[in-house]
Amino acid sequence: MERSTLDLWVGLFVCAGVGALLILALKVGNMSGLNVSDTYQVYANFDNIGGLKPRAPVKSAGVVVGRVAGISFDNEKFLAKVIMTLDKNYKFPRDTTASILTSGLLGEQYVGFVAGGDEKMLAQGDALKLTQSAVVLENLISQFLYSKAAEGDGKK
Amino acid sequence: MATENLVEISGVSFAYGRRPILTGIDMVIPRGKVVAIMGISGSGKTTLLRLIGGVMKPGQGQVRVDGRLTHELDQDGIYGMRRRMGMLFQFGALFTDLSVFDNVAFQMREHTDLPERMIRDLVLMKLHAVGLRGAAQLMPSELSGGMARRVALARAMALDPMLMMYDEPFTGLDPISLGVISNLIRNLNDVLGATSIVVTHDVHEALEIVDYVYYLSDGKMVAHGTPDEMRASTDPLVHQFVHGESDGPVAFQYPSASFSSELRLGARHDV
Amino acid sequence: MMSKQSILSVRSIGHSAIEAVLRLGYATRFIALTLLHSGTSFRRPRLIIRELYFTGALSLIIILVSGLFVGMVLGLQGYQTLQTYGSESALGVLVALSLVRELGPVVSALLFASRAGSAMTAEIGLMKATEQLSAMEMMAVDPIARVVAPRFWAGIISMPLLAAMFSAMGVFGGYLVGVVLIGVDEGSFWSQMQSAVDFREDILNGVIKSCVFGLAVTWIALFEGYDAPPTAEGVSGATTRTVVTSSLAILGLDFLLTSFMFRGV
Repeated sequence: MERSTLDLWVGLFVCAGVGALLILALKVGNMSGLNVSDTYQVYANFDNIGGLKPRAPVKSAGVVVGRVAGISFDNEKFLAKVIMTLDKNYKFPRDTTASILTSGLLGEQYVGFVAGGDEKMLAQGDALKLTQSAVVLENLISQFLYSKAAEGDGKK
Repeated sequence: MATENLVEISGVSFAYGRRPILTGIDMVIPRGKVVAIMGISGSGKTTLLRLIGGVMKPGQGQVRVDGRLTHELDQDGIYGMRRRMGMLFQFGALFTDLSVFDNVAFQMREHTDLPERMIRDLVLMKLHAVGLRGAAQLMPSELSGGMARRVALARAMALDPMLMMYDEPFTGLDPISLGVISNLIRNLNDVLGATSIVVTHDVHEALEIVDYVYYLSDGKMVAHGTPDEMRASTDPLVHQFVHGESDGPVAFQYPSASFSSELRLGARHDV
Repeated sequence: MMSKQSILSVRSIGHSAIEAVLRLGYATRFIALTLLHSGTSFRRPRLIIRELYFTGALSLIIILVSGLFVGMVLGLQGYQTLQTYGSESALGVLVALSLVRELGPVVSALLFASRAGSAMTAEIGLMKATEQLSAMEMMAVDPIARVVAPRFWAGIISMPLLAAMFSAMGVFGGYLVGVVLIGVDEGSFWSQMQSAVDFREDILNGVIKSCVFGLAVTWIALFEGYDAPPTAEGVSGATTRTVVTSSLAILGLDFLLTSFMFRGV
């Protein structure tokens, strides 16, 4: 084998491999892990986060505006603390409500933002005061049963 | 040069695990001579070559090459010693993925910083010496057995070694190639001023070209002498070997139970 | 009589167990030596480039073609299943995640083992059988540094590249079937894929997997070749063992790595 033909093939091979990696990174993946610079972080406390997971989307009006960066337990307030990374392009008033919603009946859970009317906007490190917890199916059922039972008591 | 003998072997024994291969070998190989180590297959000849090349270390005794004990050398020392040795393997052992030219140039490229132009000239000289300058660009798969052996010979002497070792150089060659190789062994040895060890069981070719013969049997040195002494030897082992007789001290039959009992001749009436 | 037979069979089990441990020890020593003698390959990159041609460039066609077909099958099957839940738009996610996380590294490694791994074993086994390795050693050239190490590094370099090509080609195949042929919405195909596939979590982990597979396959292939009995049956047996052992190793390692990488989160 001529030396130059060999080099040509190996060069082509390496180019194709690196090209494939780039395609995977740019076209298939979202590279979200890399561009940290144009985001800001806010957090919110929830009574119950249900099945929310890190990296779940944060949506407002159905548009993905950020992601859940981390979930921890606040040992003083006994509440769940959810840290969210939001895209700098999206600004929200300080009295925005964050609620944990489910996409579809069995879909994955996400954080939904409903904007309020405050003139000041959320900035890096701010907290969302207004939150609404996840709907936990067991609680819902037991509430329903209690109310049924209470109705029955009333009738007697 | 310090010593008169290039290789001195004294009291060497070697075993694979518990199976003894060589026991109590003594031999000397004087500088400038062509020495044959003969014996039937499995008598330990190739092992002896490996001991000289430092591939294996003797269990007992000493192997001294050019005044240095092989078992005292470390890896670098062994490699340093081997750069001054050339070995021709039984079937040539050419690198099948390299051309004839690259095969001969292999050691020069690995061990020297010679410019490519000089390597080219040296390789062509070596190939010319074995009469294959025209085959430089062929691949080993395109060579006949005899040609491959000659290329391997050119490769073995690429760095002008002090010691050439031949492991069964005559095996599987036609009479013409055989004559060519045996002449090359003798002539190259004398021209290069090297020393050669030929391991072979090809009696007639070997006796023509060598200066001295060691005869091995079952890992022991049973006889040695000049070719004429070997031809005239009355030792039954040597006599059988030199004259190629099918039965003698080395029996035709592999050790077995007696033939009649194996055929159950005695037990026939029971059936 | 019976007890004698059972003693013999127990003895043979013990014997093969000891044999296996011995081989494992030798294989470990072998890879340690390979790493130790890798200096030559990096001082002379041409040695690695040459092997990259044989292990990488020559595997291109088989990797690209099978990647395309695997992606197309994924597109078809995924569409069939997703359609029953009315979520065809998630086809891109399904195709991309299954390729990048699992099928890309695993299937390309399996193909690599049978294409390049078996060739490596056969080549080294034949070099040993025809005394080329001994000849090299007698010429004061270490066969591990000159023959084994360049192949080892070429295998480790080319495996992730091949896996990436396989995945990219597979995504393209899924796109062909899903979008062009069946008519899933192109926008949701790509955008859902992009929002679900994470660079670090999915793509980089896939690359790490394929590097580990590359190491395992080349190690097994080189060792089997180096350790092969120098006969025709020995070499052919070693080649078979390379394919079998490395396929098992790939699947086992895949389970281990997956359970480390994608735990819970």
